[in-house]
Amino acid sequence: MARVIVDVMLKPEILDPQGQAIARALPRLGFSGVHDVRQGKRFEVEIEGEADEAALAEVRKMAETLLANTVIEDFTVRVER
Amino acid sequence: MNAARVGVVTFPGTLDDQDAARAVRLTGADPVPLWHADHDLKGVDAVFLPGGFSYGDYLRCGAISRFSPLMDELIPAARAGLPVLGTCNGFQILCEAHLLPGALTRNEGLHYICRDQGIRVENADTAWTSDFATGQEIVLPIKHGEGRYVADAETLAALERDGRVVFRYVGGNPNGSLNDIAGITNEAGNVVGLMPHPEHAVEELTGAPSVDGRSFFTSILKRLVNA
Repeated sequence: MARVIVDVMLKPEILDPQGQAIARALPRLGFSGVHDVRQGKRFEVEIEGEADEAALAEVRKMAETLLANTVIEDFTVRVER
Repeated sequence: MNAARVGVVTFPGTLDDQDAARAVRLTGADPVPLWHADHDLKGVDAVFLPGGFSYGDYLRCGAISRFSPLMDELIPAARAGLPVLGTCNGFQILCEAHLLPGALTRNEGLHYICRDQGIRVENADTAWTSDFATGQEIVLPIKHGEGRYVADAETLAALERDGRVVFRYVGGNPNGSLNDIAGITNEAGNVVGLMPHPEHAVEELTGAPSVDGRSFFTSILKRLVNA
């Protein structure tokens, strides 16, 4: 078993009103010095067997097909050690 | 001659299928219920993808619905010319299925918006808008939290150049949609998606702001009868 992490973020040019709302809330809570917040999604994919190149290619395919909408989102895939 | 048969799709979480079926019936066509889990379009002449929260809007609006068995049938049929109208969640599903370009994202102001909205018909040549006049202003209800249309600059320019922006918000942009876009069509003009709800504006009895929604259904009916 191995755990593969897929992080999905809105592309930089896509407005993220949720991130903006969080960024506006932080100073009210006494957190200063925050320039910007972007909100994304993290998927923890448990796979059977080794996280070898073939398995990672399969997870990338999952990300492209379902986990991310590549019209508006970018994703990264990495193995959690 | 038999009445035209318009399929109305129900996913788990669809809300507007009954109103859609009623609107189809009011304008003289036969509504045919289509179930998301069936590989069967029941030989319908056109398909209406209604609004709601299919699959709870999990992951992204329309992201799960797009892979339902019914969509496996609908996607190739739409590519082959079957008239398809998606409103609200239906529009989101059409974008997720890549039958229409771009995507619908969280409203700019984060609020869920429910109000009557002015809309200009920019293209009266699609399968679903031929009973309107280009430039005509209509009023339809909108109710959505994720209706901000986005697409990359190239796609947006192509949509504008080819007259594929079918509806634009007037009297204020409710959700931050690029170019005030409320609805678009595919290259062939048989697939149309929009955030506003024509199926909620077909009779005065329900307190609708107009009966402008009827023209979507009369448009498709004429098209099917003349086909």
